[in-house]
Amino acid sequence: MDLIIDGIVQAFWLVVRGDPDVMRVIYLSLLVSGSATLISLFIGVPLGTLMALSRFRGRGFTLSLVNTGMGMPPVVVGLVVSILLWRSGPLGLLHIMYTPAAMVVAQVIIASPIVTGISMAAIAQLDPRLRMQMLGLGASRWQMLWVLFQEARLPLLTALMAGFGGVISEVGAVMMVGGNIKGQTRVLTTATVLETGRGEFGIAIALGIILLLLAYLVNLTLTHLQQQGRPQQ
Amino acid sequence: MRTIVRLFILGGMLVLALSTIGCASGSKQDTPPPSGPKETGSKEVILATTTSTYDTGLLDMLLPEFQSKTGYLVKPIAVGTGHALAMAARGEADVLLVHAPEDEEEFMRAGNGLDRRLVMHNDFFLVGPPDDPANIKGSRNAAEALAKVEQARAIFISRGDDSGTHKKEKEVWVKSGIKPSGAWYQESGQGMGETLIITSEKRGYTLTDRGTYLALKKSLNLAVLLEKDPILLNIYHVIQVNPAKSPAVNSAGGKALAEYMVAKETQELIGSFGVDKYGEPLFTPDAGKNENELK
Repeated sequence: MDLIIDGIVQAFWLVVRGDPDVMRVIYLSLLVSGSATLISLFIGVPLGTLMALSRFRGRGFTLSLVNTGMGMPPVVVGLVVSILLWRSGPLGLLHIMYTPAAMVVAQVIIASPIVTGISMAAIAQLDPRLRMQMLGLGASRWQMLWVLFQEARLPLLTALMAGFGGVISEVGAVMMVGGNIKGQTRVLTTATVLETGRGEFGIAIALGIILLLLAYLVNLTLTHLQQQGRPQQ
Repeated sequence: MRTIVRLFILGGMLVLALSTIGCASGSKQDTPPPSGPKETGSKEVILATTTSTYDTGLLDMLLPEFQSKTGYLVKPIAVGTGHALAMAARGEADVLLVHAPEDEEEFMRAGNGLDRRLVMHNDFFLVGPPDDPANIKGSRNAAEALAKVEQARAIFISRGDDSGTHKKEKEVWVKSGIKPSGAWYQESGQGMGETLIITSEKRGYTLTDRGTYLALKKSLNLAVLLEKDPILLNIYHVIQVNPAKSPAVNSAGGKALAEYMVAKETQELIGSFGVDKYGEPLFTPDAGKNENELK
């Protein structure tokens, strides 16, 4: 128990003092997981919308892939991305193994199915008559989509939050493709693993608390936006 | 709708800002000092090493100095020795700092390494509950101690991860003539730090390297029960990966780091590492010595 209290005190001081190592780790966590979430948004929202609105060949198969992908173990993603990005791998020429770019790639693969799945549910639950009405009123395809996104903005924000939550807390893939290199690819989760291995439980708890606070702040901001955009009663 | 647009603008700005900071701080770090690498080629050196050199903090002390001296950017990947050797054999690393002499020799015979040099040593020892239920204290050697653990069916936690420490443990079991199996023999599959914590919690026995044990000692309820058996010597070598294995191997960088590890100033740093924190050095520098002299 004293370890947890010790951790809370240490977390406070690490943040207040602005410890450069910890700041770098926080910054990298936000950069990697933020970029990965944003990219997966650009992949997942259009894909989810397409799957919700159209019937195409292989839709059932894609659907099962997306649903499986939502529960994909990060370590498997880490292993596959490693094999692809290693020097001897097919994408070795890119030279991005053990860099933040590799971590973003892995996290995009983890977050995209989550964003896709939730976006699809968000769009699919809209009243189909709305679409008919829009088209009937002479809206172009893009205008119609725009209105649908507006209507589904609350669940779409949930997709964003779920995607971000999935990757900021993930450790297996970033450990494998990033290598947990100090100052280069060390993020909050891998730093927590390392400090635990070193027996520095206080610091490990402190990093965990900072991670929670960060996730809380991001979600607080998003929830605030979400509530602001709530339909007027 | 305004919300979504605002959100995207906000997100975009955040990523932009972050990447600008990233580039700024990244370029600051990447700029080679005036005495940058003489050879043209990649500045990135991948060092595959064991968890023990990392968990103790030794590399955190040595690598920044090497980087500022030479302008290379080292990426230390801390894995078990088995994993490190396998990575290097595929050309995924440029230089190795490992501690499994027999496997290293096989690695060299296979033509995977160019140059294998002795860097330092410390020792392994057996730890267990302070009251020593299997009564291994006072055994003549490590093999006898393990035989007692097996007889008492006391819990023994093995690394089980093909690391240098795990290989050493298997070597001692072979010497004792026992094939350990049963509910008392458990594999953690994790690094030395985690394995020590598990051993302490389960009141078991395990084989550990000195460095990791000293680094974690304060949070463990384990005592050193058998040490100083010659078989328990823990010897670290640095090996430059043979660039013929893969065109991607950074041979100049690997060579520079291997030479740095055995340089006089580095060896002095290694010899003093840990004295301030633990009252004793964690490693004994050995560059230039013969491996047989240590035994």
